[in-house]
Amino acid sequence: MSLALNGLTIVAVCAGAFFFLAGTVGLLRFPDALSRLHALTKADNLGLGLVVLGLLFQVGGVFAALKLIGVWLLTLLAAATVSQLLARAARASGPHE
Amino acid sequence: MSAAIPYGLCSAVLVGLGLFGLITHPQPLRKILAFNLIGSGVFLLFGVIARRGAAVGFGGDPVPQALVITGLVVAFAGTALAVALLLRLVDETRRGTLRDE
Amino acid sequence: MALAFDIVLVLLILGVATWTISARDTFAAVVGFIGFGLVLALAWVCLAAPDVALTEAAIGSGLTGGLLVGASARLRRTETTSGETPSISLRLSAGVVCTFISAGLAAIVLELPGKAPTLAPQVAANLAMIGLDNPVTAVLMAYRAVDTLLEVVVLLLVLGGIWSLAPDHLWGGSPGSRHLAGPDGVLPFVAQLLVPVGILVGIHIFWIGSVAPGGEFQGATILAAMWILATMAGLVDMPAVSRRWLRLLLVAGSAVFFAVGFAGFAMAGAFLAYPEAYAKLLILIIEIPLTLSIAATLALLVAGPPERAPQE
Repeated sequence: MSLALNGLTIVAVCAGAFFFLAGTVGLLRFPDALSRLHALTKADNLGLGLVVLGLLFQVGGVFAALKLIGVWLLTLLAAATVSQLLARAARASGPHE
Repeated sequence: MSAAIPYGLCSAVLVGLGLFGLITHPQPLRKILAFNLIGSGVFLLFGVIARRGAAVGFGGDPVPQALVITGLVVAFAGTALAVALLLRLVDETRRGTLRDE
Repeated sequence: MALAFDIVLVLLILGVATWTISARDTFAAVVGFIGFGLVLALAWVCLAAPDVALTEAAIGSGLTGGLLVGASARLRRTETTSGETPSISLRLSAGVVCTFISAGLAAIVLELPGKAPTLAPQVAANLAMIGLDNPVTAVLMAYRAVDTLLEVVVLLLVLGGIWSLAPDHLWGGSPGSRHLAGPDGVLPFVAQLLVPVGILVGIHIFWIGSVAPGGEFQGATILAAMWILATMAGLVDMPAVSRRWLRLLLVAGSAVFFAVGFAGFAMAGAFLAYPEAYAKLLILIIEIPLTLSIAATLALLVAGPPERAPQE
Protein backbone atom coordinates (compact mmCIF):
# COMPACT_ATOMS: atom_id res chain seq x y z
CA MET A 1 0.00 0.00 0.00
CA SER A 2 2.69 2.42 0.96
CA LEU A 3 4.63 1.40 -2.13
CA ALA A 4 1.71 2.39 -4.33
CA LEU A 5 1.35 5.68 -2.44
CA ASN A 6 5.06 6.42 -2.82
CA GLY A 7 4.84 5.62 -6.52
CA LEU A 8 1.89 8.01 -6.96
CA THR A 9 3.78 10.70 -5.06
CA ILE A 10 6.83 10.32 -7.27
CA VAL A 11 4.75 10.46 -10.45
CA ALA A 12 2.78 13.52 -9.36
CA VAL A 13 5.82 15.42 -8.07
CA CYS A 14 7.77 14.65 -11.24
CA ALA A 15 4.87 15.90 -13.36
CA GLY A 16 4.72 19.05 -11.26
CA ALA A 17 8.47 19.51 -11.64
CA PHE A 18 8.08 19.18 -15.42
CA PHE A 19 5.52 21.98 -15.42
CA PHE A 20 7.87 24.13 -13.34
CA LEU A 21 10.61 23.41 -15.87
CA ALA A 22 8.31 24.36 -18.72
CA GLY A 23 7.35 27.57 -16.95
CA THR A 24 10.99 28.49 -16.36
CA VAL A 25 11.89 27.79 -20.00
CA GLY A 26 9.00 30.01 -21.02
CA LEU A 27 10.19 32.74 -18.64
CA LEU A 28 13.63 32.70 -20.20
CA ARG A 29 12.67 32.31 -23.85
CA PHE A 30 9.47 34.24 -24.44
CA PRO A 31 9.90 37.68 -25.94
CA ASP A 32 7.76 39.96 -23.83
CA ALA A 33 6.25 40.31 -20.38
CA LEU A 34 2.72 39.15 -21.17
CA SER A 35 3.74 35.84 -22.70
CA ARG A 36 6.19 35.26 -19.86
CA LEU A 37 3.33 35.74 -17.40
CA HIS A 38 1.37 33.20 -19.41
CA ALA A 39 4.19 30.67 -19.02
CA LEU A 40 4.59 31.34 -15.31
CA THR A 41 0.88 30.78 -14.73
CA LYS A 42 1.26 27.20 -15.89
CA ALA A 43 4.06 26.66 -13.40
CA ASP A 44 2.15 28.15 -10.52
CA ASN A 45 -1.25 26.56 -11.03
CA LEU A 46 -0.55 23.17 -12.53
CA GLY A 47 2.98 22.60 -11.27
CA LEU A 48 2.30 23.48 -7.68
CA GLY A 49 -1.07 21.72 -7.80
CA LEU A 50 0.54 18.47 -8.95
CA VAL A 51 3.27 18.74 -6.32
CA VAL A 52 0.64 19.32 -3.61
CA LEU A 53 -1.37 16.39 -4.99
CA GLY A 54 1.68 14.18 -4.75
CA LEU A 55 2.37 15.29 -1.19
CA LEU A 56 -1.24 14.64 -0.17
CA PHE A 57 -0.50 10.93 -0.36
CA GLN A 58 2.27 11.27 2.19
CA VAL A 59 0.67 13.21 5.01
CA GLY A 60 -1.20 11.57 7.85
CA GLY A 61 -4.43 13.18 8.91
CA VAL A 62 -7.06 15.44 7.40
CA PHE A 63 -5.79 18.68 8.90
CA ALA A 64 -2.35 18.41 7.33
CA ALA A 65 -3.96 17.66 3.96
CA LEU A 66 -6.24 20.69 4.34
CA LYS A 67 -3.23 22.83 5.18
CA LEU A 68 -1.44 21.69 2.01
CA ILE A 69 -4.49 22.51 -0.11
CA GLY A 70 -4.72 25.85 1.68
CA VAL A 71 -1.11 26.55 0.71
CA TRP A 72 -1.95 25.84 -2.93
CA LEU A 73 -5.05 28.07 -2.87
CA LEU A 74 -3.19 30.96 -1.22
CA THR A 75 -0.38 30.68 -3.76
CA LEU A 76 -2.97 30.69 -6.55
CA LEU A 77 -4.47 33.88 -5.13
CA ALA A 78 -1.10 35.58 -4.78
CA ALA A 79 0.04 34.51 -8.25
CA ALA A 80 -3.21 35.66 -9.87
CA THR A 81 -2.98 39.05 -8.16
CA VAL A 82 0.64 39.58 -9.12
CA SER A 83 -0.03 38.47 -12.70
CA GLN A 84 -2.89 40.97 -12.99
CA LEU A 85 -0.78 43.82 -11.61
CA LEU A 86 2.23 42.97 -13.77
CA ALA A 87 0.07 42.62 -16.88
CA ARG A 88 -1.56 46.01 -16.26
CA ALA A 89 1.83 47.59 -15.75
CA ALA A 90 3.19 45.91 -18.89
CA ARG A 91 0.25 47.04 -20.96
CA ALA A 92 0.54 50.58 -19.60
CA SER A 93 4.20 50.80 -20.49
CA GLY A 94 3.48 50.02 -24.14
CA PRO A 95 4.02 47.16 -26.58
CA HIS A 96 7.80 47.55 -26.56
CA GLU A 97 9.73 46.48 -23.44
CA MET B 1 28.04 15.75 12.31
CA SER B 2 29.32 15.67 8.78
CA ALA B 3 25.85 16.21 7.37
CA ALA B 4 26.13 19.95 7.95
CA ILE B 5 29.56 20.38 6.33
CA PRO B 6 28.22 21.50 2.90
CA TYR B 7 26.28 24.29 4.63
CA GLY B 8 29.38 25.30 6.57
CA LEU B 9 31.37 25.67 3.36
CA CYS B 10 28.39 27.51 1.84
CA SER B 11 28.46 30.00 4.72
CA ALA B 12 32.19 30.60 4.20
CA VAL B 13 31.66 31.35 0.50
CA LEU B 14 28.66 33.56 1.28
CA VAL B 15 30.74 35.69 3.66
CA GLY B 16 33.44 36.05 1.00
CA LEU B 17 30.90 36.91 -1.72
CA GLY B 18 29.17 39.45 0.47
CA LEU B 19 32.45 41.08 1.45
CA PHE B 20 33.45 41.30 -2.22
CA GLY B 21 30.15 42.95 -3.10
CA LEU B 22 30.46 45.33 -0.15
CA ILE B 23 33.91 46.51 -1.27
CA THR B 24 33.42 46.72 -5.02
CA HIS B 25 29.92 48.11 -5.51
CA PRO B 26 29.74 51.91 -5.50
CA GLN B 27 25.96 52.11 -5.07
CA PRO B 28 24.90 52.12 -1.41
CA LEU B 29 21.88 49.88 -1.96
CA ARG B 30 24.10 47.16 -3.44
CA LYS B 31 26.36 47.53 -0.40
CA ILE B 32 23.35 47.00 1.86
CA LEU B 33 22.43 43.87 -0.12
CA ALA B 34 25.99 42.54 0.17
CA PHE B 35 26.02 43.27 3.88
CA ASN B 36 22.85 41.22 4.25
CA LEU B 37 24.61 38.42 2.41
CA ILE B 38 27.45 38.50 4.94
CA GLY B 39 24.88 38.35 7.71
CA SER B 40 23.15 35.37 6.12
CA GLY B 41 26.48 33.58 5.87
CA VAL B 42 27.24 34.15 9.54
CA PHE B 43 23.75 32.97 10.53
CA LEU B 44 24.22 29.85 8.42
CA LEU B 45 27.46 29.17 10.31
CA PHE B 46 25.47 29.41 13.54
CA GLY B 47 23.01 26.95 12.05
CA VAL B 48 25.78 24.48 11.29
CA ILE B 49 26.99 24.72 14.87
CA ALA B 50 23.42 24.22 16.09
CA ARG B 51 23.01 21.17 13.86
CA ARG B 52 26.19 19.66 15.22
CA GLY B 53 24.77 20.02 18.72
CA ALA B 54 21.85 17.69 18.09
CA ALA B 55 21.14 15.59 21.17
CA VAL B 56 18.33 14.14 23.33
CA GLY B 57 15.89 13.89 20.44
CA PHE B 58 16.21 17.49 19.22
CA GLY B 59 17.29 18.00 15.64
CA GLY B 60 19.67 20.74 16.68
CA ASP B 61 20.89 22.71 19.68
CA PRO B 62 18.07 25.21 20.36
CA VAL B 63 20.23 27.97 21.87
CA PRO B 64 22.11 28.96 18.65
CA GLN B 65 18.83 28.69 16.76
CA ALA B 66 17.21 31.19 19.12
CA LEU B 67 20.25 33.45 18.72
CA VAL B 68 19.85 33.30 14.94
CA ILE B 69 16.16 34.23 15.17
CA THR B 70 17.08 37.25 17.29
CA GLY B 71 19.86 38.08 14.85
CA LEU B 72 17.55 37.90 11.83
CA VAL B 73 15.09 40.35 13.37
CA VAL B 74 17.84 42.78 14.39
CA ALA B 75 19.47 42.48 10.95
CA PHE B 76 16.16 43.43 9.36
CA ALA B 77 15.90 46.43 11.67
CA GLY B 78 19.45 47.45 10.75
CA THR B 79 18.63 47.14 7.05
CA ALA B 80 15.51 49.28 7.53
CA LEU B 81 17.57 52.00 9.23
CA ALA B 82 20.26 51.84 6.53
CA VAL B 83 17.66 52.13 3.77
CA ALA B 84 15.96 55.07 5.49
CA LEU B 85 19.34 56.83 5.84
CA LEU B 86 20.10 56.16 2.18
CA LEU B 87 16.74 57.50 1.00
CA ARG B 88 17.18 60.64 3.09
CA LEU B 89 20.69 61.10 1.66
CA VAL B 90 19.35 60.79 -1.87
CA ASP B 91 16.58 63.27 -1.09
CA GLU B 92 19.10 65.78 0.23
CA THR B 93 21.87 65.45 -2.32
CA ARG B 94 19.86 64.37 -5.42
CA ARG B 95 22.58 61.81 -6.12
CA GLY B 96 22.89 58.18 -5.05
CA THR B 97 26.56 58.09 -4.25
CA LEU B 98 28.58 58.06 -1.06
CA ARG B 99 31.41 60.17 -2.42
CA ASP B 100 31.82 63.79 -1.36
CA GLU B 101 31.70 66.20 -4.27
CA MET C 1 21.27 10.66 -0.87
CA ALA C 2 20.62 13.48 1.54
CA LEU C 3 24.17 14.64 0.93
CA ALA C 4 23.47 14.94 -2.81
CA PHE C 5 20.41 17.06 -2.06
CA ASP C 6 22.46 19.21 0.34
CA ILE C 7 25.14 19.78 -2.28
CA VAL C 8 22.60 20.72 -4.96
CA LEU C 9 20.90 23.11 -2.55
CA VAL C 10 24.23 24.71 -1.60
CA LEU C 11 25.11 25.18 -5.26
CA LEU C 12 21.73 26.79 -5.85
CA ILE C 13 22.21 29.12 -2.88
CA LEU C 14 25.67 30.15 -4.07
CA GLY C 15 24.41 30.62 -7.62
CA VAL C 16 21.63 32.97 -6.56
CA ALA C 17 24.02 34.81 -4.21
CA THR C 18 26.55 35.26 -7.02
CA TRP C 19 23.81 36.63 -9.24
CA THR C 20 22.74 39.06 -6.50
CA ILE C 21 26.29 40.39 -6.28
CA SER C 22 26.98 40.52 -10.01
CA ALA C 23 23.69 41.68 -11.52
CA ARG C 24 23.89 44.96 -13.42
CA ASP C 25 20.51 46.34 -12.51
CA THR C 26 19.81 47.08 -8.85
CA PHE C 27 16.20 45.90 -9.12
CA ALA C 28 17.39 42.55 -10.53
CA ALA C 29 19.80 42.22 -7.60
CA VAL C 30 16.97 42.89 -5.13
CA VAL C 31 14.78 40.24 -6.76
CA GLY C 32 17.73 37.86 -6.60
CA PHE C 33 18.07 38.64 -2.91
CA ILE C 34 14.41 37.75 -2.28
CA GLY C 35 14.91 34.42 -4.07
CA PHE C 36 18.11 33.87 -2.11
CA GLY C 37 16.20 34.29 1.15
CA LEU C 38 13.61 31.71 0.12
CA VAL C 39 16.22 29.11 -0.90
CA LEU C 40 18.07 29.82 2.34
CA ALA C 41 14.85 28.98 4.21
CA LEU C 42 15.02 25.54 2.56
CA ALA C 43 18.59 25.22 3.85
CA TRP C 44 17.37 25.99 7.35
CA VAL C 45 14.82 23.18 7.09
CA CYS C 46 17.62 20.83 6.07
CA LEU C 47 19.57 21.99 9.13
CA ALA C 48 16.64 20.85 11.33
CA ALA C 49 15.74 24.43 12.33
CA PRO C 50 12.11 24.99 11.20
CA ASP C 51 11.60 28.04 13.45
CA VAL C 52 14.57 29.75 11.86
CA ALA C 53 13.30 28.75 8.41
CA LEU C 54 9.95 30.43 9.15
CA THR C 55 11.72 33.57 10.39
CA GLU C 56 14.10 33.67 7.42
CA ALA C 57 11.29 33.29 4.89
CA ALA C 58 9.07 35.85 6.62
CA ILE C 59 11.50 38.53 7.81
CA GLY C 60 14.75 37.85 5.98
CA SER C 61 13.15 37.40 2.58
CA GLY C 62 9.65 38.84 2.84
CA LEU C 63 9.87 42.04 4.85
CA THR C 64 13.45 42.86 3.84
CA GLY C 65 12.54 42.18 0.22
CA GLY C 66 9.54 44.49 0.38
CA LEU C 67 11.69 47.21 1.93
CA LEU C 68 14.43 46.84 -0.68
CA VAL C 69 12.01 46.72 -3.64
CA GLY C 70 10.49 50.02 -2.53
CA ALA C 71 13.94 51.53 -2.01
CA SER C 72 15.26 50.38 -5.40
CA ALA C 73 12.20 51.82 -7.13
CA ARG C 74 12.80 55.20 -5.49
CA LEU C 75 16.51 55.08 -6.28
CA ARG C 76 15.95 54.24 -9.94
CA ARG C 77 16.34 57.80 -11.09
CA THR C 78 19.77 58.12 -9.45
CA GLU C 79 21.08 54.95 -11.07
CA THR C 80 22.47 56.70 -14.12
CA THR C 81 24.08 59.58 -12.26
CA SER C 82 26.37 57.39 -10.15
CA GLY C 83 28.64 56.43 -13.01
CA GLU C 84 31.61 55.26 -11.01
CA THR C 85 32.82 51.77 -11.73
CA PRO C 86 35.44 50.11 -9.55
CA SER C 87 38.84 49.66 -11.10
CA ILE C 88 40.25 46.28 -12.02
CA SER C 89 42.98 46.52 -9.36
CA LEU C 90 40.37 47.17 -6.65
CA ARG C 91 38.35 44.18 -7.81
CA LEU C 92 41.42 41.93 -7.92
CA SER C 93 42.68 42.90 -4.49
CA ALA C 94 39.17 42.64 -3.01
CA GLY C 95 38.82 39.21 -4.62
CA VAL C 96 42.10 38.03 -3.14
CA VAL C 97 41.21 39.29 0.35
CA CYS C 98 37.73 37.75 0.20
CA THR C 99 39.10 34.43 -1.02
CA PHE C 100 41.49 34.36 1.94
CA ILE C 101 38.66 35.11 4.37
CA SER C 102 36.44 32.45 2.82
CA ALA C 103 39.25 29.92 2.89
CA GLY C 104 39.91 30.71 6.53
CA LEU C 105 36.27 30.24 7.46
CA ALA C 106 36.08 27.02 5.46
CA ALA C 107 39.17 25.71 7.25
CA ILE C 108 37.54 26.50 10.58
CA VAL C 109 34.38 24.66 9.52
CA LEU C 110 36.36 21.61 8.43
CA GLU C 111 38.49 21.62 11.57
CA LEU C 112 35.56 21.68 14.00
CA PRO C 113 36.08 19.05 16.72
CA GLY C 114 34.24 15.78 16.32
CA LYS C 115 32.41 15.93 19.63
CA ALA C 116 30.35 19.11 19.49
CA PRO C 117 29.49 20.91 22.72
CA THR C 118 25.77 21.37 23.11
CA LEU C 119 23.25 22.88 25.50
CA ALA C 120 20.40 20.63 24.32
CA PRO C 121 20.42 18.36 27.38
CA GLN C 122 20.11 21.32 29.75
CA VAL C 123 17.29 22.76 27.64
CA ALA C 124 15.46 19.44 27.59
CA ALA C 125 15.89 18.86 31.31
CA ASN C 126 13.80 21.84 32.37
CA LEU C 127 11.39 21.96 29.44
CA ALA C 128 8.58 20.16 31.24
CA MET C 129 8.83 22.53 34.19
CA ILE C 130 8.27 25.54 31.96
CA GLY C 131 5.33 23.91 30.24
CA LEU C 132 6.45 24.47 26.64
CA ASP C 133 7.14 21.81 24.05
CA ASN C 134 9.06 23.90 21.53
CA PRO C 135 12.65 24.19 22.78
CA VAL C 136 13.43 27.28 20.70
CA THR C 137 10.46 29.17 22.17
CA ALA C 138 11.57 28.02 25.61
CA VAL C 139 15.04 29.44 24.97
CA LEU C 140 13.61 32.70 23.62
CA MET C 141 11.04 33.26 26.36
CA ALA C 142 12.42 31.51 29.41
CA TYR C 143 16.11 30.67 29.32
CA ARG C 144 17.28 33.75 27.43
CA ALA C 145 14.31 36.03 27.95
CA VAL C 146 16.62 38.98 28.63
CA ASP C 147 17.92 38.71 25.04
CA THR C 148 14.38 38.86 23.69
CA LEU C 149 13.57 41.85 25.89
CA LEU C 150 16.65 43.73 24.71
CA GLU C 151 15.88 42.81 21.11
CA VAL C 152 12.42 44.35 21.35
CA VAL C 153 13.95 47.49 22.87
CA VAL C 154 16.45 47.62 19.99
CA LEU C 155 13.55 47.42 17.52
CA LEU C 156 11.91 50.40 19.20
CA LEU C 157 15.17 52.35 19.16
CA VAL C 158 15.61 51.67 15.45
CA LEU C 159 12.04 52.80 14.84
CA GLY C 160 12.78 56.01 16.70
CA GLY C 161 15.90 56.44 14.61
CA ILE C 162 13.93 56.02 11.39
CA TRP C 163 11.25 58.48 12.52
CA SER C 164 13.93 61.02 13.35
CA LEU C 165 15.02 61.01 9.70
CA ALA C 166 11.92 62.93 8.65
CA PRO C 167 12.37 66.59 7.69
CA ASP C 168 11.32 69.00 10.41
CA HIS C 169 8.05 70.06 8.85
CA LEU C 170 6.92 66.45 8.51
CA TRP C 171 7.75 65.50 12.07
CA GLY C 172 5.06 63.29 13.56
CA GLY C 173 3.22 62.77 10.28
CA SER C 174 2.12 59.62 8.46
CA PRO C 175 4.61 57.33 6.75
CA GLY C 176 4.24 56.61 3.06
CA SER C 177 1.99 58.20 0.51
CA ARG C 178 -1.75 57.81 0.51
CA HIS C 179 -2.75 54.82 -1.58
CA LEU C 180 -6.16 55.19 -3.18
CA ALA C 181 -8.40 52.16 -3.60
CA GLY C 182 -9.65 52.16 -7.19
CA PRO C 183 -13.12 50.70 -7.78
CA ASP C 184 -11.89 47.93 -10.07
CA GLY C 185 -8.63 47.49 -8.29
CA VAL C 186 -7.09 44.07 -8.02
CA LEU C 187 -5.19 44.91 -4.86
CA PRO C 188 -8.22 45.99 -2.77
CA PHE C 189 -10.10 42.84 -3.77
CA VAL C 190 -7.23 40.61 -2.82
CA ALA C 191 -6.59 42.54 0.38
CA GLN C 192 -10.21 42.17 1.47
CA LEU C 193 -9.93 38.45 0.80
CA LEU C 194 -6.48 37.81 2.18
CA VAL C 195 -6.18 40.03 5.25
CA PRO C 196 -8.69 38.12 7.42
CA VAL C 197 -7.10 34.81 6.43
CA GLY C 198 -3.65 36.23 7.06
CA ILE C 199 -4.58 37.51 10.50
CA LEU C 200 -5.91 34.04 11.34
CA VAL C 201 -2.75 32.38 10.07
CA GLY C 202 -0.59 34.84 12.03
CA ILE C 203 -2.44 34.23 15.27
CA HIS C 204 -2.26 30.47 14.63
CA ILE C 205 1.49 30.50 14.08
CA PHE C 206 1.97 32.60 17.21
CA TRP C 207 -0.21 30.30 19.28
CA ILE C 208 1.24 27.06 17.99
CA GLY C 209 4.74 28.28 18.83
CA SER C 210 4.54 26.76 22.29
CA VAL C 211 4.28 23.18 21.00
CA ALA C 212 5.43 23.25 17.37
CA PRO C 213 7.66 25.41 15.16
CA GLY C 214 6.38 28.95 15.26
CA GLY C 215 6.32 31.67 17.84
CA GLU C 216 5.64 35.32 18.35
CA PHE C 217 8.17 36.71 15.85
CA GLN C 218 6.90 34.66 12.95
CA GLY C 219 3.24 35.34 13.82
CA ALA C 220 3.94 39.04 14.31
CA THR C 221 5.59 39.21 10.89
CA ILE C 222 2.49 37.81 9.22
CA LEU C 223 0.28 40.29 11.10
CA ALA C 224 2.60 43.13 10.05
CA ALA C 225 2.48 41.94 6.43
CA MET C 226 -1.33 41.98 6.52
CA TRP C 227 -1.30 45.56 7.81
CA ILE C 228 1.13 46.57 5.08
CA LEU C 229 -1.06 44.85 2.47
CA ALA C 230 -4.13 46.68 3.74
CA THR C 231 -2.33 50.04 3.53
CA MET C 232 -0.94 49.33 0.08
CA ALA C 233 -4.43 48.45 -1.14
CA GLY C 234 -5.77 51.70 0.29
CA LEU C 235 -8.17 50.00 2.69
CA VAL C 236 -6.63 51.68 5.73
CA ASP C 237 -4.33 54.65 6.01
CA MET C 238 -1.06 54.58 7.89
CA PRO C 239 -1.69 56.51 11.11
CA ALA C 240 0.37 59.56 12.03
CA VAL C 241 3.31 58.47 14.13
CA SER C 242 2.41 61.00 16.79
CA ARG C 243 -0.87 59.25 17.57
CA ARG C 244 -1.08 58.20 21.17
CA TRP C 245 -2.73 54.82 20.53
CA LEU C 246 0.01 53.88 18.09
CA ARG C 247 2.76 54.76 20.52
CA LEU C 248 0.99 52.90 23.35
CA LEU C 249 0.68 49.85 21.08
CA LEU C 250 4.38 49.99 20.27
CA VAL C 251 5.62 50.14 23.85
CA ALA C 252 2.99 47.81 25.33
CA GLY C 253 5.01 44.68 24.62
CA SER C 254 8.26 45.85 26.18
CA ALA C 255 6.42 47.53 29.06
CA VAL C 256 4.68 44.28 30.02
CA PHE C 257 7.96 42.42 29.54
CA PHE C 258 9.76 44.81 31.90
CA ALA C 259 6.89 44.62 34.41
CA VAL C 260 7.01 40.83 34.53
CA GLY C 261 10.77 41.06 34.77
CA PHE C 262 10.72 43.34 37.78
CA ALA C 263 7.93 41.28 39.33
CA GLY C 264 10.33 38.36 39.06
CA PHE C 265 12.32 39.93 41.90
CA ALA C 266 9.32 39.58 44.20
CA MET C 267 8.15 36.21 42.92
CA ALA C 268 11.30 34.18 42.37
CA GLY C 269 14.27 36.25 43.40
CA ALA C 270 15.82 37.46 40.11
CA PHE C 271 15.04 39.62 37.07
CA LEU C 272 12.70 37.76 34.70
CA ALA C 273 12.67 34.68 36.91
CA TYR C 274 9.44 32.71 36.70
CA PRO C 275 8.04 30.84 39.70
CA GLU C 276 7.62 27.21 38.77
CA ALA C 277 3.84 26.97 38.87
CA TYR C 278 3.17 30.14 36.86
CA ALA C 279 5.84 29.96 34.19
CA LYS C 280 3.51 29.20 31.29
CA LEU C 281 0.96 31.79 32.41
CA LEU C 282 3.61 34.50 32.75
CA ILE C 283 5.07 33.66 29.35
CA LEU C 284 1.59 33.96 27.85
CA ILE C 285 1.03 37.31 29.59
CA ILE C 286 4.26 38.56 28.02
CA GLU C 287 3.71 37.03 24.60
CA ILE C 288 0.31 38.44 23.68
CA PRO C 289 1.12 42.17 23.91
CA LEU C 290 4.62 41.39 22.64
CA THR C 291 3.26 39.90 19.41
CA LEU C 292 1.02 42.91 18.79
CA SER C 293 3.84 45.35 19.54
CA ILE C 294 6.31 43.57 17.31
CA ALA C 295 3.75 43.40 14.50
CA ALA C 296 3.20 47.16 14.69
CA THR C 297 6.95 47.83 14.94
CA LEU C 298 7.81 45.67 11.94
CA ALA C 299 5.07 47.24 9.81
CA LEU C 300 6.24 50.74 10.72
CA LEU C 301 9.87 49.80 10.04
CA VAL C 302 8.87 48.86 6.50
CA ALA C 303 6.72 51.98 6.10
CA GLY C 304 9.67 54.26 6.82
CA PRO C 305 9.91 57.83 8.04
CA PRO C 306 6.89 60.17 7.95
CA GLU C 307 6.23 61.66 4.53
CA ARG C 308 2.99 63.50 5.06
CA ALA C 309 2.49 66.33 7.49
CA PRO C 310 0.33 65.61 10.52
CA GLN C 311 -3.26 66.75 10.15
CA GLU C 312 -3.47 68.98 13.17
